Amino acid sequence: MNSICALIVDDSSVMRKIVERCLRQAGIDLKQVLEAGNGAEALNVLQNNAVDLILCDINMPVMDGLEFVKQLSGVANAKGVPVVMITTEGSESHVVQAISCGARGYIRKPFTAEQVKEHVIPALAGK
Amino acid sequence: MKSVSELPAADGSHESWVPLMEVAAREVFELMLGCQLTLPATADETTTLGITSMVGLAGQLCGVLSVRCDAKTATLMTSKMLGVALDTVGPEVSDALGEICNMVAGNFKNKIAGLGDGCMLSPPTVITGRDYGLHSQADCPGLELRLLFEGMPIAITLQIHS
Repeated sequence: MNSICALIVDDSSVMRKIVERCLRQAGIDLKQVLEAGNGAEALNVLQNNAVDLILCDINMPVMDGLEFVKQLSGVANAKGVPVVMITTEGSESHVVQAISCGARGYIRKPFTAEQVKEHVIPALAGK
Repeated sequence: MKSVSELPAADGSHESWVPLMEVAAREVFELMLGCQLTLPATADETTTLGITSMVGLAGQLCGVLSVRCDAKTATLMTSKMLGVALDTVGPEVSDALGEICNMVAGNFKNKIAGLGDGCMLSPPTVITGRDYGLHSQADCPGLELRLLFEGMPIAITLQIHS
């Protein structure tokens, strides 16, 4: 797998670091990791940066993860980029909502590095 | 919308939720910190815990779930969570404790059938210090669980408002 650029969107900086560590433990070669604290910040990041993968929380201030994913369709740098949600919201309806908004994967917190790998590798393969 | 009293607490008492709180907390600590929580040999209600992280619940279940520990414990939790040395842990302690509380609350509500969709979580709030009073409009007694993390006490409390 080629070296990739990942965007991690979560209002917790600790969680962003954990997700990055899990990606590295999953054997994903990270060329660059970009971070954003909410959906609006992430849209700004995508104005100036092309990425290969987006990992996104749902419950965030300013703009939540579901609204962010909906708005991605209008962002040139996000075309075809797989989005995997990582969230405490584990209900079936949240999963359905996220997938219908365009997410390719859904990981419930708490999670293991292995679970991140199981969801991210197929999402990247289907890019 | 179902009220909390209609939710399927097995024997109609919220006390039956304490084991669910325990499982929810154990899973968070095992998966995210790589640590097993243990039960204290005796119930120690006297230890003062100086850091409190709280997450509000709203919807079918209204209340506050809190995780309390002391500063040394919170630093060790952060170290384990981030996989970094204890002496490199800095101001991210509050963020880490808030996220732990958020995950325990989310994991707990996802274990109660029918509550996943009908209960929203607030962003976590972290209070540092011992000299404060907390007034709750809870209409039933809080559920409290005392556990040990690496031998140090933590308390997990659920105040149910309605």
